[in-house]
Amino acid sequence: MADKKITLSRSDRLAVAIRSTFLQGSWNYERMQNGGWCFAMIPAIKKLYPNKEDQIAALKRHLEFFNTHPYVASPVLGVTLALEEEKANGAPVDDVAIQGVKIGMMGPLAGVGDPVFWYTVRPILGALGASLAMSGNILGPILFFVLWNVIRWCFMWYTQEFGYRAGSAITDDLSGGLLQKVTKGASILGMFVLGSLIERWVSINWTPVVSTVQLSEGAYIEWDQLPGGGEGIKMAFQQYLSGMSLDPTTVTTLQDNLDSLIPGFSAVLLTLLCMWLLKKNISPIVIILGLFVVGILFHVIGLM
Amino acid sequence: MSAISVVLVLIVAFLAGMEGILDEFEFHQPLVACTLIGLVTGNLEAGIVLGGSLQMIALGWANIGAAVAPDAALAAVASSLILVKGGQGVAGVSTAIAVAIPLAVAGLFLTMIVRTLSVACVHRMDAAAEQGNFAGVEAWHIIAIVMQGLRIMLPAAALLFIPTETVAGLLNSMPAWLTDGMSIGGGMVVAVGYALVINMMATAEVWPFFIIGFCLAAVSELTLIALGAIAIAIALIYLNLSEGGGCGTGGGGGNVGDPLDDILNDY
Repeated sequence: MADKKITLSRSDRLAVAIRSTFLQGSWNYERMQNGGWCFAMIPAIKKLYPNKEDQIAALKRHLEFFNTHPYVASPVLGVTLALEEEKANGAPVDDVAIQGVKIGMMGPLAGVGDPVFWYTVRPILGALGASLAMSGNILGPILFFVLWNVIRWCFMWYTQEFGYRAGSAITDDLSGGLLQKVTKGASILGMFVLGSLIERWVSINWTPVVSTVQLSEGAYIEWDQLPGGGEGIKMAFQQYLSGMSLDPTTVTTLQDNLDSLIPGFSAVLLTLLCMWLLKKNISPIVIILGLFVVGILFHVIGLM
Repeated sequence: MSAISVVLVLIVAFLAGMEGILDEFEFHQPLVACTLIGLVTGNLEAGIVLGGSLQMIALGWANIGAAVAPDAALAAVASSLILVKGGQGVAGVSTAIAVAIPLAVAGLFLTMIVRTLSVACVHRMDAAAEQGNFAGVEAWHIIAIVMQGLRIMLPAAALLFIPTETVAGLLNSMPAWLTDGMSIGGGMVVAVGYALVINMMATAEVWPFFIIGFCLAAVSELTLIALGAIAIAIALIYLNLSEGGGCGTGGGGGNVGDPLDDILNDY
């Protein structure tokens, strides 16, 4: 028995990794990523189980419920490959153990993958690309696309290999504190970045005028006193840079007042409101549509 | 539009639809999809600008667990086609953004329909597995992916064959208060995505980091990269310090040979 040990070669594992790119293809409300998972495992199943009954059992085993972040499925795949390899070589690994490892790992790992990829890496790369793109620079989309896919593929391949090597040991490893640390680190990173993004990107501008102050003479640029031509433009700039106002009156809007207290204050309040509504099980789509209605209403009555 | 452009648009739309579910190559992200549509229709610059602007709105949209995010794929593809057909170039970007949001909602319902249809595919896969039919399992998985691609390709094709005048007329008939109001709404909508994530991640332990991030972001000299670097530094410092504390109280057991320690020590 021991003389014909079947192992998965590097190219077998690569085939699984490439197929795992299509993990979510048949995402469904019943068993979620199960179809894609089975699709990814097929090269390994073919290699490991020469006889038909074992193949059928393996296919059915891998059509069970599975759902996690699509990239962190890779380490789970790696571990599962190692377990299947053991099983094919006669080790007493039962179906329940394999399903247990899959389910046991998918939840906590999704907790790592979602904040790291969807809420840290993608917003940062996306914002970087978008800020270039908004000025019409083609480098924006190219940079985003290339960097994202390089990071994604490296992550998927190396974590799958890591999972494969660690095999069943990874579950001990993860319960030994590493997973908790990675999760906590990712949450810290995520919360920090979210705080920053809310300040920078949630834009709320209250337009009502709080006060209009008539400035004293000499505090504003007297446009009719300026000489004509280039000389006048030069003087206007000098006066402006020396702190003189463009208009004889200073208009303070509600927004200016809020900004001098805490910039982005309304953005945080809005975010907290959204969090509360979401906790009340109000669908995000309803909130999004509601915000549009509010935006239009407040604009029409002159609040925003 | 030439026949080649039409074919290329349909291919891009198909890729975007596939990616809307796969979430791997990110063809469905507005930054990529709008640029590609712009490229194949000869409106590269307008496409890039629209992509950048939409990307800013879509940054927080993500599929978490079984929840489905607003659909960036249909929003990006259809709004860039409308932009191209409107013929206003970069000037038409803000109207295109305003129509993108209702499209994202429409796309969301489409993907929910396809995700329900996929249940049938998976049942066929079960039947194929029962017979050890590898090709059958693979085929039904691929059919499900193709359905997701068609989800965007068919609306895109419909848009292509609606006459330009109709699209342009429809866009021009939108009053200013509506488009301005919608762009104000667009500025606020981002908060919903962030709120979703915070609800998922927030614990009493990590809230202080949110406050630090929020306050530091007001310093406009700090770029996002700098903020990211600060965030990583703070996370590492916090983990190291809390580990030290844990050793003192917890008897120092169980941390031997910890891979993260090795990584952290290498810094």
